[in-house]
Amino acid sequence: MLTESEPHYRQPLLKTPFHERQRALSQLDSFVAWAGYTTVDVFTSVEQEYFAVRNASSLYDLTPMVKYRISGSDALRFLNRLVTRDLRKLKPGKVAYTVWCDDAGHLIDDGTVFCLAPHEYRLCTAERQLDWLRASALGFDVEIREVTEEVAALAVQGPTSCRLLRAVGLDGVERLKPFEHAQFSMPRAAGGAAEIVMMVSRTGFTGDLGYELWMQPADAESVWDALMAAGSTRAVRPIGSRALNIARIEAGFILPNADFVSAAHTLHLGTERSPLELGLAWLVDMEKGHFTGRRALVAEMARGPRRQLVGLDIEGTKPAHNALLYSARSGRKEAGSVTSAAWSPTCKRNLALAMVDAAHIALGSQLWAEIYLNRELVWERRMVRARVVERPFFAPARRRGTPPADF
Amino acid sequence: MNSASRTRYDSIVIGGGHNGLVCATYLARARRNVLVLEAADRLGGAAVTREFAPGFRVSACAHLLHLMSPGLMRELRLEQHGLQLAHAALPTVALAGDGQHLAFAPNDLSALARASAADAAQLADWHALWRRLARALHPVLSATPPRLGTDAWRDRAALLGIGWRIRRLGRRDMRELLRIGGMCVHDLLEERFTLPLLKGALALDAVLGTNYGPRSPGTVMSLLYRLAASQGVDALSLPRGGLGALSEALASAARAAGAQLRTGTPVERILVQQDRAVGVVLASGEEIAAGNVISSADPKSTFLKLLGSEHLDAGFVRRVAHVRSRGLTAKLHLALDRLPQFPGLDTAALQARLLVAPSSDYIERAYNHAKYDEYSSAPILEVTLPTLVDPGLAPPGQHVMSVIVQYAPYALAGGWDAARAAFTARIVDTLARFTPQLRSSIVAAELLAPPDIEREFRISGGHWHHAELALDQLLMVRPVPGAAQYRTPVPGLFLCGAGCHPGGGVMGLAGRNAARQVMQEAA
Repeated sequence: MLTESEPHYRQPLLKTPFHERQRALSQLDSFVAWAGYTTVDVFTSVEQEYFAVRNASSLYDLTPMVKYRISGSDALRFLNRLVTRDLRKLKPGKVAYTVWCDDAGHLIDDGTVFCLAPHEYRLCTAERQLDWLRASALGFDVEIREVTEEVAALAVQGPTSCRLLRAVGLDGVERLKPFEHAQFSMPRAAGGAAEIVMMVSRTGFTGDLGYELWMQPADAESVWDALMAAGSTRAVRPIGSRALNIARIEAGFILPNADFVSAAHTLHLGTERSPLELGLAWLVDMEKGHFTGRRALVAEMARGPRRQLVGLDIEGTKPAHNALLYSARSGRKEAGSVTSAAWSPTCKRNLALAMVDAAHIALGSQLWAEIYLNRELVWERRMVRARVVERPFFAPARRRGTPPADF
Repeated sequence: MNSASRTRYDSIVIGGGHNGLVCATYLARARRNVLVLEAADRLGGAAVTREFAPGFRVSACAHLLHLMSPGLMRELRLEQHGLQLAHAALPTVALAGDGQHLAFAPNDLSALARASAADAAQLADWHALWRRLARALHPVLSATPPRLGTDAWRDRAALLGIGWRIRRLGRRDMRELLRIGGMCVHDLLEERFTLPLLKGALALDAVLGTNYGPRSPGTVMSLLYRLAASQGVDALSLPRGGLGALSEALASAARAAGAQLRTGTPVERILVQQDRAVGVVLASGEEIAAGNVISSADPKSTFLKLLGSEHLDAGFVRRVAHVRSRGLTAKLHLALDRLPQFPGLDTAALQARLLVAPSSDYIERAYNHAKYDEYSSAPILEVTLPTLVDPGLAPPGQHVMSVIVQYAPYALAGGWDAARAAFTARIVDTLARFTPQLRSSIVAAELLAPPDIEREFRISGGHWHHAELALDQLLMVRPVPGAAQYRTPVPGLFLCGAGCHPGGGVMGLAGRNAARQVMQEAA
């Protein structure tokens, strides 16, 4: 938080309520900026942090996630006209992942909508959208308030995450099904009178069993301490955004500024992306009534996509970061490019998300990826095979099982 | 539809103003089954004649007919439908405080020549230039504006057509058009004329009905626009019976063509099914189905009230909300128990358009107030005494004075209810400088400030032209991109009002252009 003695131009990035705890654990002092906050990129090692996600429990600070409280008698009508999914089906206690577009049907952002009460919702997004939300609110009786600073958020993800939450006293979380949320309370370590009350949702960005905790900033350190203490025997580990990135690629999730650039920010014509191009047609409900971008998307559907985001399995073990893709090994005809790439330690596959021309989007399509390798300062260029495969690359049954397995 | 016995309408036109009636007439002549729904009890929109004091009637909003092109009036055969002119070409008299008034008409510059031979010669040249430019540009107003950034041949041909017409003006006029197109009228007048009274009168024509003063950029364009609409003639005429008589003739033409006209039936909202406009719901609850719906209401009323944001994209709604549509023009009606005397003018000379705008600077000072939400302390006035040529509008021997007043901001600081009486007195004081006995002859007065115009004529913002006529709201961006070709984003919903190209004033071209577009798409 800003103080009088530290004007904003001296200290432009905000600190989250978990910052002091995380700084104490950060060996590399590697922080990055996210939506106006400083957050951890890596604590100790990307690999160790990644394995906490897949084999034990991880803590990830997602306080910078931009949160809007949307309320009023037209809240549902407003949201349904904003996003591509039909939110009339979203009841209190439920969460929906969705995207929203501009008039041209180009993606502005993706995010989650929490239905808190019949006329009250929370919209969580990676980037600020107040201008677009206000434009979208013209003609609707709706109040939009950014509550990012009022809510501290922590992702607890991994196969033992449910057990960990129960260990700190969050009884009942095991009954939460995917995309459900509810209020829970846990005792204070110091034995204070009042319990800590928070909202827990079974959501996440890892494609694994996991939860997200939404609490008062004042409770953040107590919750962190309780989880770290209870997790000391369960290999709990705080993670940074680089480890999370590997997990989300395995899960096949898209990331703004990696797999697409928001249409609110693109400067070059043709670099915007539609939800159809991003392979998110399943999120677009053409039957629900009008929403912003619908007419453009209907037209796009009729003419067929020009390109689409696909999953690639790439030969070898070297991640194909930023690789150009070709239809033949000769490398004469470009067919697209890689947007996100990672070696998957769990799948033991060299994975990538790539935007490829429509001719090559069928499962099994064969492409060639141009990878540049730095071998002890000697650069090599390799053309390796890449095959279009199904996403998600990794989807363990435990991500859906309710109640989750006990550890 | 569920009831086969009920008439199935091809088109419903919302609003029975002149554009709605023109649109309905053209559609009905093309054998479309058309229903016009007018909220008020009489047709005509802002071109109506109504009583404002017992026995006194006046053209309640527009009070001169000069923008409707002769071609359109011929096509509609308005004379056969009862339109008579009480006066076909009113001269203009620029009133001077010292009684040395300046009278001129496009075809009679003799009085002006006595005051300044040089100015008279310049004015003749000026009229000739405007007529050439207007002839080149009038076809642009009569056509659907092209869309930008499409590959459609129709758009490209239309763009080329505009370029070709400008090129065909010849090198001298084309250069002059490009040079003056974005200028302010004050600078252009300074180049040519010397008499402040003449410059004031010409500047008034450039700013009347706009949100600008003579030093605002684009005021040459608004003058050019006015002249292009009337095909360069700008003959100020008075229909017998006021502007309402024009509307009656238009209504008669529409009925004769087969259109059905219903008054006193306000539309509550436009019905949308499966992303298509399929009819309307009346305030009474009655639903009427139609193949398409054509709205002559202003863009904000059409999209934000009658249709609703939920049927539109957010970016489009934002553009509509940003359309500049606040009126700055008021209307004063005075019932007089005798003919006012203007020292320096005989009774015959009062059969004119009298202007109170003694110099360009006077207008600019009047405009200054409006920038800060105040009314002008010394307003500019366009005055007519229609009873001189059309005595039926008032009891025998008595008269009506109709005054267009600027500047009167829509969002007046403190509100209009507290200011109406004071502003009326201010206008009467201003007039009394030229006709000292006026006050004692006033039987009744009615001031329509922009919020009153908004209420009475159902125009959001109370702007005559529905949307400001300015470079950023003309042609293919009028009223907003995405609705500038009479089509709207909602299939089956069209616009035909003054908010569309080519705009407002009692012009009627928007209605005709829209009808053509509707027939093209629903063929």
